[in-house]
Amino acid sequence: MSVSAFNPQASVFDSFSGAVDFIFSPRDEVGVGGEVGGLGQVAEFLWTHVWISALALAVAVALTLPIGVYLGHRGSGELLAVAIGNAGRAIPELALIALMIAFVGVGVLNVTIALLILGIPPILTNAFVGIRQVDRDAVEAARGVGMTEFEVIARVELPLAVPTIMGGVRTAAIAIIATATIAPLAGVLTLGDFILNFNVYGDDGLLAGAILVALLALVVELLLAGLQRLLTPRGVMLQREAARAAA
Amino acid sequence: MVGALVSVVPLAQGDGFFRERDEADCVQSNDTVCLDWALDNADRYVSPTLEHLLLVGVSVAAGLVIALGLSVLSHRRRWLMPAFLATTGVIYTIPSIALFLLLLPISGRGTTTALIALTLYTLQIIYRNIVTGLANVPDAAKDAGRGMGMTDRQLFWRVEMPLAVPEIIAGLRIATVSTVAIATLAVFAGAGGLGDVIYTEGVQAGVFKTAIVVGSAIAIAMAIAFDVVYIGAQRLLSPWRQVRPV
Repeated sequence: MSVSAFNPQASVFDSFSGAVDFIFSPRDEVGVGGEVGGLGQVAEFLWTHVWISALALAVAVALTLPIGVYLGHRGSGELLAVAIGNAGRAIPELALIALMIAFVGVGVLNVTIALLILGIPPILTNAFVGIRQVDRDAVEAARGVGMTEFEVIARVELPLAVPTIMGGVRTAAIAIIATATIAPLAGVLTLGDFILNFNVYGDDGLLAGAILVALLALVVELLLAGLQRLLTPRGVMLQREAARAAA
Repeated sequence: MVGALVSVVPLAQGDGFFRERDEADCVQSNDTVCLDWALDNADRYVSPTLEHLLLVGVSVAAGLVIALGLSVLSHRRRWLMPAFLATTGVIYTIPSIALFLLLLPISGRGTTTALIALTLYTLQIIYRNIVTGLANVPDAAKDAGRGMGMTDRQLFWRVEMPLAVPEIIAGLRIATVSTVAIATLAVFAGAGGLGDVIYTEGVQAGVFKTAIVVGSAIAIAMAIAFDVVYIGAQRLLSPWRQVRPV
């Protein structure tokens, strides 16, 4: 990797103000060539970062959530759900991307697949656990009032499991956004390009990339936390607040 | 396939030369994983593995000490708990590669920066598990302790903490396994480790497959090994758990 010097004489403040300057105004490339930085390029990389992450997350949710909910509802496959969750934590994202480049190939499709694989474990495990943890008495009561199995899932188990399920989706989203940072290794130019191609963007670009990726992750986390509040039934929220107050 | 063929062909004296040539060819062509070459050059993976172990060991240990300190504080002053949970949660949300680089201007390139970032990451998992463990201590156990005349301090260290051990170990287990994975990114902070094998010797060196596979395999094996050790430790340190509740 190209070694960034990070001039020890430069103050921390100078480094960060240089990075902010890189984000807002274009400058000459470090080597020979065109202009880099500035809002235009930031917007371009940010857009790629956002859409590829969103696509991977959406596909991961669409594929995994129904399976996790179904397994949780039936109460079977606990070993599978937990084992996949554990395995997901053990796989280094750098290894996943590197192995993909070495044996599958580069490009948008491959990166999307690698990212969505990374999103699957937390979504699956949390969906299973969330549904499983729903009070069995509530489920029996729902059956007692004549709900079909589908209605039990859709109207009782899913709403009650929203906080846990959304916890899994948030974890997956952050993991995907973090890993999309190294997607430029596979030819997809996300915000990580500022970080990985030090030769082109320099110290300021490197730091600017880090700031932008961190901000993106925090904003997405906030948005998903908001979505979780919207989806959580009022009763569950009150219950959790009461539990917190008692603790 | 080349590697497999080489080991099947019966080799007499002087074959070392051919063997080396085949291995060199394998490395040159980079079609597959050169297992023979990797085994012959196993020593080159020793120091990245040790660096990786050091990164994981030190950051999880530091994370445990700091998280215990935070939990003692927030046990006495309850209002600190949401603040600690929120702060460690926000840090945990920042992608690791970004956190490594954000620290560069402050703590420079190298192991220190990597250790600070990795330790900060472990805090969220370990602290949250300590808090959960303490919250799950049965009131009856606390009442029994008080009945025996324990002070709050004795109650905390002799009753509540020991009963929270299973959750604390569960937290350490998750923290350790994820730190093994995250520490591969320490290469971007100039801290070496297995990320050096995967990235510098693999991806950057013309996508050298052998280095990528060997580096990834060692990292995953390390995570699994830690997992197994923790399961053992959990059994040893919480013997009462093995008595099945009726």
